[in-house]
Amino acid sequence: MVVNCEHVWQEVSNYLDGEVTPELRAAIETHVRGCQHCTAVVDGMRNVIELYGDDRMLEVPLGFSHRLHRRLNDNLPARTDRRTFLGWMVAAAAACLVLGSFEVARSSAFRRPPLRAAMANPGTGIPPQLAVVLSEDGKLYHLVGCPFIHEKSKLRSVTAAAAERAGFTPCPRCLKKYLDTA
Amino acid sequence: MPDPLISPARYADSSSTDEESLVRRVLAGEHDLFYELIRPYERRLYAAAFAILRNEPDAEDVAQEAVLKAFKNLRQFRAESKFSTWLTQITVNEARMRRRKAHSNLMEPIADRPDDDGNYTPRDFADWREIPSETLERKEVRLKLAQALAQLSQIYREVFVLRDMQHLSIDETAKALGISTASVKTRLLRARLMLRDLLSPGLGGAWSLGSNLSFEKGTKPW
Repeated sequence: MVVNCEHVWQEVSNYLDGEVTPELRAAIETHVRGCQHCTAVVDGMRNVIELYGDDRMLEVPLGFSHRLHRRLNDNLPARTDRRTFLGWMVAAAAACLVLGSFEVARSSAFRRPPLRAAMANPGTGIPPQLAVVLSEDGKLYHLVGCPFIHEKSKLRSVTAAAAERAGFTPCPRCLKKYLDTA
Repeated sequence: MPDPLISPARYADSSSTDEESLVRRVLAGEHDLFYELIRPYERRLYAAAFAILRNEPDAEDVAQEAVLKAFKNLRQFRAESKFSTWLTQITVNEARMRRRKAHSNLMEPIADRPDDDGNYTPRDFADWREIPSETLERKEVRLKLAQALAQLSQIYREVFVLRDMQHLSIDETAKALGISTASVKTRLLRARLMLRDLLSPGLGGAWSLGSNLSFEKGTKPW
């Protein structure tokens, strides 16, 4: 199969989404290797997807969440569960536990290392033994095969725990399920 | 040649079991848990509303209305679709309704508007390679991206926002917007190409020299 520039432009979006047949994918890649214009189109579109897909682009007005919850609170029916004295005791005990765990977390042994990207989301619930890849010069760690890996020549495999200890943060695309997007 | 992107849907982890259980508990009377249910999606709902309305106060109001409507109609939620898609669908409908009311004399039915199937020729810029994500730490870059997005027609903007910013799958985007998957793909292609054309000169280096985006000079590349 041979494709020209127009074919590439029609399919570039599907190609980047991995929604083309292996034959078409191979033909596109063969064409793009020899075409500067199409290389720029593919690279440019990939960058657009990556930049807009970043969590930092989903900005909301200051106080948005607070106002939403207040409005919801004003409109939700009254609570059905009534707190008893025992309930308050349990809540107080839980608060003590939480405070205690904060103290433990503040000790240096449990402190999270400084993140390489100051505004990145460190993620939660990532299995420590999950096999991931990273580049020493980068800031993110990825699942193997993630298309958003830069500097592929410098990759090395580590566990997620090791990556976090080194201050790397999860890729917002391939490890999105571990990021709190709220 | 780098590998193509893999569809975010492949990585998507629907914590649907947790959500189903939360939905059941809310319906059983634990209304406070509704906060937990919507918390992960608050920003997405605002973004979906803003993509249609392009007005902060209206988008915020519509997002709030949508959440209230979701609570009132929670019994109608069917677990075969994802809760996030259902929420987005409600928000999109609310936003479209708001827009129609505001422009009742001007607007044609959005979902029925035909796609522009004409071929689109991407502009021939110099090669535009890796843009480091830390670029986004600069507020002016985020602003330029938002301005470029605002230049797109609504039919392209809403598909792009749901698919590429909220990472809905093609099917979920189609369902949320009430259009076919073929339309989603066509509009997504056009939206991505137009944004690439709008942003390429700036992100290629011109922004660092303080120059403006091409469309700010009154020229559009399409």
